[in-house]
Amino acid sequence: MSKFMLGRKAGMTQIFDEDGIVIPVTVLECGPLYVVQKKTDETDGYAAVKVGFEDKKRVNRPKQGEFDKAGVTPKCVLREFHTDEAYEPGQEIKVSDMFEVGDQVDVSGVSKGKGYQGSIKRHGFSRGPMSHGSKYHRGPGSRGSSATPGRVMKGKKLPGQMGFERVTVQNLRVVQVDGERNILVIRGAVPGPKGGLLEIKTSTKVRG
Amino acid sequence: MNVLVKAVEQDHMIDAHDHVEIGDYVKVHLKIKEGTRERVQIFEGTVIARKGAGMNETITVRRLSYGVGVERVLPVHSPKIVKIEIVRKGRVRRAKLFYLRDRVGKKARVREKLRPRQ
Repeated sequence: MSKFMLGRKAGMTQIFDEDGIVIPVTVLECGPLYVVQKKTDETDGYAAVKVGFEDKKRVNRPKQGEFDKAGVTPKCVLREFHTDEAYEPGQEIKVSDMFEVGDQVDVSGVSKGKGYQGSIKRHGFSRGPMSHGSKYHRGPGSRGSSATPGRVMKGKKLPGQMGFERVTVQNLRVVQVDGERNILVIRGAVPGPKGGLLEIKTSTKVRG
Repeated sequence: MNVLVKAVEQDHMIDAHDHVEIGDYVKVHLKIKEGTRERVQIFEGTVIARKGAGMNETITVRRLSYGVGVERVLPVHSPKIVKIEIVRKGRVRRAKLFYLRDRVGKKARVREKLRPRQ
């Protein structure tokens, strides 16, 4: 069974494991999610569940209709997750219903934006000497060959926008789950700033 | 700090060692794992610093061992600390006693804090 959850990054801290060794952890504020729609093979061609996360004051009328049909208050975030599990519209899903300690998860989110960055910061290129008469400091170097092929190869690493893209960190371990307070604690770091929206799913390493 | 992060820290914190102050001469009982066996080792010394907040809080314990200064930085909330025994309270006027590092012999002592008269 593949598990899923939506949440926001609360911040990082460290805790001690059973052996008394410090482990870095990220605290996430997760759920509760509300099922807005159930998609089935017969009606939609695939099995999935559409869930809403976090309340919103006003939505437009077509959206309002969608929420009314499921019997839930308007939600800010709507996401679909592939699943064969039977969920009913209007159903509440808590973190504790989904995950338990020891689960391996993948966490996706939008990474922190770094703006337009050079090839050194963006791709880890080497720097030239800063002194001793050198005139080559932080440039990207040669872009390619001469008349053959006579063009720059596709995918050549060059300066450009860095960060603010969807990033997935795989195979993180769940350390603590609290359904009461909607807390999910995960070992390691996750993408994005504090307060950033995150998707948490069963790791592909486990699903195979 | 975020309230949820604080809440998670609260779950894991061990607040048994709040009585330890700067300048105190202490005996720290530490759990040491030797293969499969676990035993308790005692590290003695003067508390010369307390750093960090929440889960990251540490104390620095300094002692002289065979003429060589040894300092151990111990996380206060570590489950490896069984207990911290205070042998002698110290009377000091600063929060960090790094000046002790430059001193040897009689000068490297911390005055004892005497309990108020009953």
